[in-house]
Amino acid sequence: MELEQAWYHISPMGATLRDFWRLYRKNRLAVWGLAVIVIMVIAAIFAPYLTPYHPEKPDFTALRRPPAWMPGGSLAHPLGTDHLGRDMFTRIIHGGRISLTVGLVVIFFATSLGIILGLISGYYGGRIDAIIQRIVDTLLAFPYLILATALVAVLGPGLQNMLVALAYKEWIYPCRVVRSEVLAAKNKEYVEAARAAGAGDLHIMFREILPNVFGSVIVVATLRVAWVILMEASLSFLGLGVEPPAPAWGTIISEGRRFINTQWWISTFPGIAILLTVLGINLVGEGLRDALDPRMRE
Amino acid sequence: MKFFFDRMLQTIPVVLGITLVVFSLMHLTPGDPVETMLGSVGHISQEDIDLIRHELGLDQPLWKQYLGFLGGICRGDWGMSLRYGVPVKELIRERLPATLELTLAAMLISLMIAIPAGVISAVHRYSLVDQASTLVSLIGVSLPDFWLGLVLILIFSVGLGWLPGGLRLGFEIAWPPTTTGLLLVDSLLAWNWEAFWAAMSHLLLPALALGAPLAALTMRITRSSMLDVIQQDYITFARAKGLREMVVIIKHALHNALIPTITVIALNMGTLLGGNMIIERIFSWPGLGQLVVDSIRTYDYPVVQGAVLLYALTYVGMNLAADLVYTRLDPRVAL
Repeated sequence: MELEQAWYHISPMGATLRDFWRLYRKNRLAVWGLAVIVIMVIAAIFAPYLTPYHPEKPDFTALRRPPAWMPGGSLAHPLGTDHLGRDMFTRIIHGGRISLTVGLVVIFFATSLGIILGLISGYYGGRIDAIIQRIVDTLLAFPYLILATALVAVLGPGLQNMLVALAYKEWIYPCRVVRSEVLAAKNKEYVEAARAAGAGDLHIMFREILPNVFGSVIVVATLRVAWVILMEASLSFLGLGVEPPAPAWGTIISEGRRFINTQWWISTFPGIAILLTVLGINLVGEGLRDALDPRMRE
Repeated sequence: MKFFFDRMLQTIPVVLGITLVVFSLMHLTPGDPVETMLGSVGHISQEDIDLIRHELGLDQPLWKQYLGFLGGICRGDWGMSLRYGVPVKELIRERLPATLELTLAAMLISLMIAIPAGVISAVHRYSLVDQASTLVSLIGVSLPDFWLGLVLILIFSVGLGWLPGGLRLGFEIAWPPTTTGLLLVDSLLAWNWEAFWAAMSHLLLPALALGAPLAALTMRITRSSMLDVIQQDYITFARAKGLREMVVIIKHALHNALIPTITVIALNMGTLLGGNMIIERIFSWPGLGQLVVDSIRTYDYPVVQGAVLLYALTYVGMNLAADLVYTRLDPRVAL
């Protein structure tokens, strides 16, 4: 533990992949989570090549087929078809493209903004810190989904507006983490040393402090991807996300609601896809926390 | 007292910020808000549009509009609903009890599950029970709550037929006279057991769906803070005194471990209220969340603004309350 911590501070970015994997592997569930995510990502990337069906085109010769293991089901549609005869499996793996893209894009922009504002806030302190932190407090007061919904309602539905609506509040989480890490790092010797050597503020912030706090940023960003995917699903469920017939998981669940009494599989399977993806990402996030940030271990 | 005062002062800029965000919501529309609102109505003359703009005060400079908005809120004038033509405040007051009842029930259910589970997990650390409840809580935070609601309906309502899958009270049961607006309380006050049980059975599934993520989170927090506390010297001392293990755990350990739990619950009120929106929709629950969704769909901005404002102010209030409770339970904080 002592040694690991020392290693962490001496050479944060110099950790070889093998060292990282040795620490990560200790968390068995995190390895499982990673496996799930890898499968999901591969399925999403190669979605058009994995099944012979189109995700949006109706097929009126195969309406409401049950999953393969039920009477009337066949292996041609392993998870059945929906009310328009579209293959459920095809729609779900295409839905993964939407969810994963939204999750990654929102987190990329939100984290970039959060890092910059967090560095400024923590490094300079004073009035600018007070202003940024009051903005953070203010945004924190709005229930996430309600703010996002209201924003989409105002901006109009669609992918781009949904990204904006989600990123609107999302940046405050990396911002808070970076700020508190910067406050802790600001008075460390290596920062003093850099300053004594004549480094400017920008150099100290981005080249000295940032690499040292990057571990925590990665952990937060990963865990937040899971949350953003849940929120994307919720917005899509409310009809405020990507517009149908695009197969977003939330949209499929919402469409299947009408048939819940008879064709239960339409609403059920996309939910399992969400659960597996979000659970996988959460597990990976915890594994990363164990591997990258020894101080945060239980 | 000084702590209390400082803490109050800190909330002022936040409350102002909240009103600013809520105010700006309406002005973020890419086009003209009035035209967006009237979009579905069909052809409307420019004169009518101007008239509505004037009525809403949209023809005034922005800062003046904002001050007017702020003044209105302070005077208790939250604007008029465009769709219903009644004051927003009245609409909210009408819907609030249903949401309150659901939220409180969800909170109660999740605490009843989460705190015992967290304590047992911590006491029997790494046992099978601990691992199982950790996994369940991980699944709990990863579940989309709306999907959980649907699955609960599918199982308990469609499949088994045990519980109703929507509304607050069936159509066949007469409503008890309204005193508090909370159906459980009202039916008890009227000694109407039939309505009480009906209300209870309608409440169970949505409260479970709404409370699940909170339960998962509360369980994890309770577990980790119990683990912290159990290792403290005073627990060892209490055990050494020969106190029974139950007494040590519940009276000495849990009492202190609950402090972070309370904070987390208060901070997550916002998530709970946000979850309302979607759970109410699934269970046709006539609460505030449904009102917000409907108003968003019909561009009834004043209602959206009022509800969002209420949610945010509730969050700030809960946050403040949590801090104050925290100082009561742990006097070191105030120093």
